[in-house]
Amino acid sequence: MNAIATPPPGPQPNAETQAFWDAAARGQFLVRRCNACGRAHWYPRVVCPHCFSDRTDWERASGQGTLYAFTVMRRVPVPYAMAYVTLAEGPTMLTNIVNTDLDALYVGQPMRVVFVTADNGLAVPMFTPA
Amino acid sequence: MSSGGHAYIVGAYEHPTRHAPDKSGAQLHAEVALGALADAGLSRQDVDGYFCAGDAPGLGPLSMVDYLNLRVRHVDTTETGGSSYLVHVAHAAQAIAAGKCNVALITLAGRPRSEGTSIGTSTPPGSLAQPDRQWEVPFRPTVVNMYALCAQRHMYEFGTTSEQLAWIKVAASHHAQHNPRAMLRDVVTVEDVMRSPLVADPLHRLDCCVISDGGGALLVTRPEIARSLARPRVRLRGAGEAIKGQDGGNIALTTSAAAHSGAAAFAEAGVTPADIRYVSIYDSFTITVLVQLEDLGFCAKGEGGRFVADGNLISGVGRLPFNTDGGGLCNNHPSNRGGMTKVIEAVRQLRAEAHPAVQVPNCHLALAQGTGGNLATRHCSATLILERE
Repeated sequence: MNAIATPPPGPQPNAETQAFWDAAARGQFLVRRCNACGRAHWYPRVVCPHCFSDRTDWERASGQGTLYAFTVMRRVPVPYAMAYVTLAEGPTMLTNIVNTDLDALYVGQPMRVVFVTADNGLAVPMFTPA
Repeated sequence: MSSGGHAYIVGAYEHPTRHAPDKSGAQLHAEVALGALADAGLSRQDVDGYFCAGDAPGLGPLSMVDYLNLRVRHVDTTETGGSSYLVHVAHAAQAIAAGKCNVALITLAGRPRSEGTSIGTSTPPGSLAQPDRQWEVPFRPTVVNMYALCAQRHMYEFGTTSEQLAWIKVAASHHAQHNPRAMLRDVVTVEDVMRSPLVADPLHRLDCCVISDGGGALLVTRPEIARSLARPRVRLRGAGEAIKGQDGGNIALTTSAAAHSGAAAFAEAGVTPADIRYVSIYDSFTITVLVQLEDLGFCAKGEGGRFVADGNLISGVGRLPFNTDGGGLCNNHPSNRGGMTKVIEAVRQLRAEAHPAVQVPNCHLALAQGTGGNLATRHCSATLILERE
């Protein structure tokens, strides 16, 4: 089993993203969806990167996804897995895979979100096998 | 406006140092400028355009123009990481065609080795205002583990193997043995690469480029001036630049912006990959080379592993000689920005001034390719097609 040895470097929210991190602190994983084109995107922003509409809103995501690509960083005291996970809502996000055997990961593996507390106290969305 | 046909690279200089604890960064910029001017047979007074990127100390071009005491009427500080200097060559050609300058000086220099920067395995620098930063830094991305994601996905989609990637390093090492200034001159085998420690799966230590001090400079000028000089003339025949990001979450790690920059450069030059005799391909990691070769059209997408295997990139052995100076994998990677040296070795090949052991016979058409930024998140690709006249 793998655990994050030290807390991850904390994200620095801004006015555009504060609501995401506030929700994360409550254990809720949000994505941003566009009301004009209907698509969710990642990373979240007010103006839709797909259709350039500003009619976007936060929505509660399922927290489900599948592993798109992964690597285990070996040249560190405690190896960790960097990954792209494709969310059930559509977009693919950069993250870490935690709380599992990092040598048993595979592309397409079902994943679910878990929150890990960063060094600044904020909750960071990571993934573990579903 | 076409950038091809209007401009020539008439000066090219690679700093001989690989470790410069006794020099300042600005000094290295001045030394490479001096070297390029001597190579071209031009003087500082001839320079009326200056191009530099983020490695130049100070605000944009201001400190370096002042330090070098240039009198310029055109500057360009386009910053696209390691591909900046290929972009600068294309932009210099455009500026020259537009009458904005006659002689453009492009410099690159830096001292990451002396300064102890472990760029490949440390958190990337950046400002808090960078919009993607809060979505990436918490996951501890490094240059090497991000490129490793591209390699892992390429293996998944196409069956590419670590042994095939290793052939890229093997080819570079075959070239570097002839370069007395290369940091790594020992010829290595596929087995050597495979036995080197995993840094981030599937990339081994020998899949990664070196960290070196140094720099380089180029001089780009208009046809009339180029014809007045004694050096062989290298014409910019075509150029392309493109940026690829995350597309709002449509991640596609096995294709780079080279698909667009390469197509633009080939279209402008009116040639095809089959016409190219030599390629300089940005080689931060072995996977970087493989993806770019596919995207430039030297082989089909997914065929890169088979294309690079069995010495196909070795000069005198394979079909497509690449990075005959040893490249970033073996020779140097000054300031962690390999684009400048890619252009310089292409110029050497076109001038028939590469080491005789690696010189490509009748090398009249070459391609230089740069990727700056990060292949797995956002990067700029720049492609130059250069012709000996």
